[in-house]
Order: sequence, then C-alpha cells, then structure tokens
Amino acid sequence: MQNEQSTIKTILHRTAVAILILALLSPLIGFFINAFAFRWFYPQLIPQEITMRAWENVADPNSKVIEALINSSVLAVSVTIISIIIGLPAARALGLHQFRGKTIVEFLVLAPTIIPGIAIAIGLNINFLRWGLAGTIFGVGLVHLVPVMPYVVLTLSGVFANYNPEFEQQARTLGAGPLRTFINVTLPSVFPGIVVAGLFAFLVSWSQYILTFLIGGGRVITLPVLLFSTASGGNNANTAAMSLVFIAPAILILILTSRFLSGNSAAIGGFGKV
Amino acid sequence: MSWERWRIPLMLAPTLTVIIVLFIGALFYGLIQSLGWNPRIGATEISLDAYYNIIFGEEHSRAFWTGLALNLWVSIASTVLSAAIAIAAALLLRETFIGKRVSTFLFQLNLPIPHVVAAIGMSFLLSQSGLLSRIGASMGLISSPGDFPILIKDSWGLGIIIAYIWKEVPFIGVIVLAVLQSLGQDYEDIARSLGANSWQRFRYVILPLIMPGVLSASIIVFAFTFGSYEVPALLGVRFPRMLPVTSLRFFTDPDLNSRAEGMAMSMIIAFIVLILVLLYMWISRRSVRD
Repeated sequence: MQNEQSTIKTILHRTAVAILILALLSPLIGFFINAFAFRWFYPQLIPQEITMRAWENVADPNSKVIEALINSSVLAVSVTIISIIIGLPAARALGLHQFRGKTIVEFLVLAPTIIPGIAIAIGLNINFLRWGLAGTIFGVGLVHLVPVMPYVVLTLSGVFANYNPEFEQQARTLGAGPLRTFINVTLPSVFPGIVVAGLFAFLVSWSQYILTFLIGGGRVITLPVLLFSTASGGNNANTAAMSLVFIAPAILILILTSRFLSGNSAAIGGFGKV
Repeated sequence: MSWERWRIPLMLAPTLTVIIVLFIGALFYGLIQSLGWNPRIGATEISLDAYYNIIFGEEHSRAFWTGLALNLWVSIASTVLSAAIAIAAALLLRETFIGKRVSTFLFQLNLPIPHVVAAIGMSFLLSQSGLLSRIGASMGLISSPGDFPILIKDSWGLGIIIAYIWKEVPFIGVIVLAVLQSLGQDYEDIARSLGANSWQRFRYVILPLIMPGVLSASIIVFAFTFGSYEVPALLGVRFPRMLPVTSLRFFTDPDLNSRAEGMAMSMIIAFIVLILVLLYMWISRRSVRD
C-alpha cells in the first residue's frame, strides 16, 4: 500500500518535471525549424524543403550580422571587465563593513534594477549628444554600466559577506605586499563570485536593446538592435537564424559557468537578501 | 589614521560615481527637460504642459489611461503567475530523482536568452500559424489558422504575459532553489516529527523561509515587466499599447512637442514603478514580520 502510493507519487513527480521542462524548451524549437525552412506551408509540422539561405544571409557582410556580433562581444566583454573592477571594492565595503549611510548606498546600488531603462536612456540622450558620446561604442558601453552595476555589486557583496579577511592579515604579516596579497589571497577566494558576477554582467549587456538603440542612435549596431529590426520586418527564416547566432554565445557561457552557479549558491543567494 | 577614515568612501567612490552621474543624472535631466527647462534654447520656465497633455489632454489621455491599465494588468499577472510557477518548479526540482542534474540545467537554459529572442520564440510557437497551431491541425483539433486563439498581438496582452512568464520562471526559480539548498532538510524533518503533513510543512515551514527571496525576486520582475520595451513592442497591439512603447514613439517623433511628452511619460513610468515598489516592500516587510 505504502509502496503503491510512493510509485504514484514518483510518476506524478516525473510527469510534472517533464511538462515543466518541455514548456520551457518548446519556444526554442521554432528557431531551429524556421532557420532552415523553405516554403513551410501550413499545416506541415516539418518543412518539406530545407535551405541554407538564412545562413548565407548571416554570413553576408551586407546583413551586418557579423559586424553586430563583433560589436556586441566587444561591448559585453569590456562592460564585464570594467564593471567588476569598479564594483569589487564597493562590494567589499558593503559585504564586510558596517558604516554610516550603508542603507542609502545599498538603495542607490539597487535602484537601477527598478527604474526602467527607457527613463535612463531618454534622460541621457541629449547630454550624450552634447558630450559627443552618442553614437559611439564607448558611450553605449558607459550607459550599459548602469543596469550592470547592481548585479555585479550585489553578487560580489554576497560573496564578501562570507569572506574572512584575516587570511589577508596573515599574508601581510608573512611579508606579502598589497598586490601579492590581492592576487594570491583575495582573488582566489572570491573567484567563484567573480565568475557569477561576470556572467550576469555579460548577459545584461549582451541583451540590452533600449539603451543601445537610444544612445547608439542607429550607428552602433549590436545583435539586439539588428534582431529587433529584422523581426519587425517579418522574414521568419532570417529572424530565426539571427536569433540562434544571438542565443549561442549566451548558452555557451551558461554551460561554462554552470558549475559555479549550482556549486556556489552564496552568489545567487545574495539576491534573496535584496 | 586619516587613511582609515577615507577607506570606505574610497572603496565606494567608483561605483557611486557611475550611479550618481549616469543614473541619478539621467533621471534629473529627464525630469527637468520634461518640465520644459532648457536654458540652451532660452527656455527657463518650468511648465507642466507635457504632463497635463498626457494625463488630461484630449489627444493623449486615452492612450495613457488604457496603457496604464494594460501595464498594471500585464505586470501583476506576469509577476504573480511567474512566482507561483517558480515556487512549484523549485519544489519539484529539489526532490532527489534520476536526471535531476539534467533537469536543473535545462530549467536554467532560458535564463541567458534575451527578451527580444523570447518574444520572437513565442510568436513562432503561439501565432495563429505557429508550431502549436500546426500541431493542433495535424491532430485534427483545428482545421485552419483562424481556429487557433489569438495569443500573439491580442488586446489583452496574453502573448506578452506568456513571454514574460517563460523568461521569469527560471529567474525566480533559481533564486528559490538556492535558498532551499542553503536551508537544508532540518526544518522540515523537525516539522514532520511534530506530525505536520506535507501541506502544513509547505505552508508553515517552507513558504515563510523562502518568502523573502521570492518577494525580492518578484520586485525585480514587476519593475522589469512594467518598464520594459522589447516584448510589448513585438507582441503587443496598437490599442491598447503599453506605456514604454508609447513613450518611445513620442520621444522619437519628429515633432518636438511630442519629445517632451515622451520624456514626461518615461518619468511617469519611473515614478509609478518607484511608488509601487516602495508600497510593495512596505506591505511585504510588515506581513513577513507579523
């Protein structure tokens, strides 16, 4: 009796997990079919003819996909590196120290996750034009820092909250300079947190549309900007192929960092304390 | 000694500089420009015209109020449903079973997928000639695309809500999973030994423990869905139109008067999000304490 009940429970559990995973994966199937489909008539489930035309379009310099891929990568990598350099000391201060005005600092750091990007982009638009930063990749990268910083500082401060600074003291007593202490003691122990923070930073910059569109002013073509206009144009095959180009690096990075995501829950757990 | 005093301010300085100059500065300039203050063109008088036109004006007020209603509906529905499904999903994935690692990985797979792509994927799946409709037709459930319900570009924003749920369930779910992992099994074992059944263990033990994590993740989701542009721009209809889409249309309009109205609308969106989030935090903090 007990056994039968647990078998039913197991079957129900497996079914629920299967439905969940299927529901999450099904919107992705369309990309793979559309990217290769040629004359895919309703109600065919699988297209009768296969073509590589959409991929030729991806490789064609006129479509600007390669240019957009390069711009997006350069932006996301630079924004990731700079945000971590800027955010690391602040995260340490927030994670390890108590000080006056800490609540205000925490609120300021978190605020960009709440205020919509469109308000920031519209507010900066005219100033960036005046300062000559609009339409440049540098200007766009600078604006990307706004939505990226909260994720970096939040993740890293969660890691510093569980960090023991006494090891640094010991290294200093043993004669290591500040730089060596940082490289050999501090960096290795917060490294998993840096990887997770870097993942967030990369993805936030990589997916950014509205800030790039309004500050880049059509002159900085990134994948989201290009994809958005292609999708509005209505060519499903080109849209699907371009989407796959856009998804692939993001998924690759998730795979490379997944052991840090599941193994070290302190970094993600930091969000629970927002 | 004086170094110690400046240590923390110096550590905070780079991050705060970025946030104050680029974030607070953006909101400040957006605000004063939406009030018509622009000394460069000699406009030094503060005026509420743009706000008045949006909220009460004949031309725009209908778009504003219907847009606001749609915004609230889409954000609340997306947030509540995402949170509920995410909690259920996290509880499912927490059990020990064969294929747990693979399932957990697949669960996180759409986390890095950008919202533009999510919107496109949804239209491939749910449009009237999309995959689901084709499956229905090949099973004989429907005979033409017209028989399939309009989910993409519908006036209730259903496609937008589904796209957001698809994106945000893993986001909230991963946070809940991390919290559950750090709690371990002890609390539940104690509750079980005291005779609590599985519903009681969930309602009185697990839920209160994961609630702070769920609430803070929901705040991020609510604010994001309220102010985000891509998904409603791709999956929405012309009327009613969500506020961020209208705001950008005004702002990029060649007519310069519309520009001020676009700015004013983006300020209103930011203001409403801020008020709702503060209210939500205040209520949830109180109810968590009780």
